[in-house]
Amino acid sequence: MSDHEYTPSSKFGKWFNDRLPLLTLANHLTDYPTPKNLNYWWTFGGILTFCLITQIVTGLVLAMHYIAHADMAFSSVEHIMRDVNYGWLLRYVHANGASMFFLAVYIHIFRSLFYGSYKSPREIIWILGIIIYLLMMAAAFMGYVLPWGQMSFWGATVITNLFSAIPLVGESITTWLWGGYSVDNPTLTRFFTLHYLIPFLILGLVVLHIWALHVPGNNNPVGIDIKKPSKDTVPFHPYIVIKDAFALLMFCIVFALFVFYQPNILGHADNYIEADPLVTPAHIVPEWYLLPFYAILRSVPDKLMGVVAMLSAILILAALPWLDTSKVRSAVFRPLFRQFYWILVADVLILGYVGAMPAEGLYLLIARVATAYYFAHFLIILPVLGWKEKTTPLPLSITEPVLGGSPNFAVAKSDEKLEKTIK
Amino acid sequence: MSKLKNIFLTLIFSVSVLTTSYSAEKPPPFLETKWTFKGLFGKFDRASLQRGYQVYTEVCASCHSMKYLTYRNLAEKGGPEFSEAEAKAIAASFEVTDGPDSTGEMFVRPAKLSDKFVMPYANEQEAKAANGGAYPPDMSVLVKARKGGADYIYSLLLGYSEPPEGVELDDGVYYNKYMYGNKIKMPAPLSDDLIEYTDGTKATAEQMSKDVTNFLMWSAEPHLEQRHKTGFRVIAYLIILTVLVYFTMKKIWSRVEPKV
Repeated sequence: MSDHEYTPSSKFGKWFNDRLPLLTLANHLTDYPTPKNLNYWWTFGGILTFCLITQIVTGLVLAMHYIAHADMAFSSVEHIMRDVNYGWLLRYVHANGASMFFLAVYIHIFRSLFYGSYKSPREIIWILGIIIYLLMMAAAFMGYVLPWGQMSFWGATVITNLFSAIPLVGESITTWLWGGYSVDNPTLTRFFTLHYLIPFLILGLVVLHIWALHVPGNNNPVGIDIKKPSKDTVPFHPYIVIKDAFALLMFCIVFALFVFYQPNILGHADNYIEADPLVTPAHIVPEWYLLPFYAILRSVPDKLMGVVAMLSAILILAALPWLDTSKVRSAVFRPLFRQFYWILVADVLILGYVGAMPAEGLYLLIARVATAYYFAHFLIILPVLGWKEKTTPLPLSITEPVLGGSPNFAVAKSDEKLEKTIK
Repeated sequence: MSKLKNIFLTLIFSVSVLTTSYSAEKPPPFLETKWTFKGLFGKFDRASLQRGYQVYTEVCASCHSMKYLTYRNLAEKGGPEFSEAEAKAIAASFEVTDGPDSTGEMFVRPAKLSDKFVMPYANEQEAKAANGGAYPPDMSVLVKARKGGADYIYSLLLGYSEPPEGVELDDGVYYNKYMYGNKIKMPAPLSDDLIEYTDGTKATAEQMSKDVTNFLMWSAEPHLEQRHKTGFRVIAYLIILTVLVYFTMKKIWSRVEPKV
């Protein structure tokens, strides 16, 4: 963190800044020393901020036209698609935006897992991230209910019914959540209210997430502590800003391909059938981004234990900084961890796949093995690996990739250039 | 790194092999036909949409509603693009109940451009009673409400046949190889020369199926043409901007080190 005193150049600026140090904040954000070896996996933080803002802006306009009523929700969505100016665009951006948001957040989380960004001193950033992720799932689930199609209705029924697994008070809690004896109009209106609220909670937590990040500064692919500011860092602006902008534009191209050419491919056809409490769809499946957890839920034969397993699968991440006992952050210097990391990635993808399939026969068996492995990774493999693994030597600084390696003249030369530009 | 890749790919591959060999019998592949609305610049075939409307109104509309469509849509850009006079005439051929008037009475008048498509039945119960207990689904968004979309609807319309041996059908139930469970309560709706196209096209079952599916695709996605047009512009803009930003980034980072 750059702690040098900042004085605005203008008199008014100084007067204002003494009363509300917004200019100091702006100065901190532009000067913020960032490791210069960050790769493109680090651009997803900025991309996620973009996703959140896109969802809030499109959602705000959609809410002006949407009607949260069981008899009118479905047709109000069709009204948006047909009669509201660019309503189709708003809705497709919002619906696909949720998917892009999760795509980005999964990359962001797995980047953290690979480079050990959750380790000391960044545990709070990590835990705030897990809370944001949980809220994202809640917001996405409730948003999916709002069009009041068949998957909306039956998805809501399945998920809210999970609460009935809680001993003694389960049934009462479910009735309380529904606002009645089944998913109905009161459920829809409260889901709409909460769906509107949660993004702003996320926004607040994102501010804390970034604040907590700016205390120790960014981790980096090498995973070692670096002095800030130093020749290992660059100021956030313009170096990181332009790089984030480039990555964001690439991301937007993919986003646009979905919105304009395959807007419904990530959704489920059944959600274009209006909700009907008397007709149950053949397969009730959640959106793709919740499938791994759905697989975990269904792999446990007991309902309550299934819910516990599903929740633990997420909450176990919060304990990760203490479960991973290795002092080395980056997987680059952990040859064994690296292999287990990729097995975990495959495991989660497999869970996602079987989550979309009927829970029977071979699919169920695979789901059970994959669930067991998921927990084993965090509870057994990571703690043991920290003690047993022989890591490769860490470099002294990020400009000197390997300890004892020959000095890199090209880098040394450009550092002089950098110092000149900073002056 | 290649070792890691191998572990990763082996895991994914083995699961996919295991499950594909395991998964249940696949439904038959859809009938193939060329849709003009697919692709980067996909547009509707205007004449086909107009014929499709004719099939809908003369055949389907006796049982299926299209409650989200308005008569004015028929004259709108990107749709069948009937002239406004034609759309008005189409609307006027239907009767709607309006009111109450100043004396408190409901009255019947010819439909206007601003009216929704007139429904064949007063309510779901009446529709069911008239169709052996099955509700003919509303067709406004039907293409999007079925897995396989336009290909599925087209195949279903042409997928009727005698049931294979061993399949028993109740009265009023028909065999269709594309229907989920192969049993459908709708009798084969289209047969050669069932209607006479106003533009002189020969009304084969294939032609009518294709035309009406085109029409249903438009009714489900009335802004598809605008979407494709806007999409191309947006993506072209983004690509140009990305290239410019890329070179800007290179230039800025060249102060620090040769490669980003």
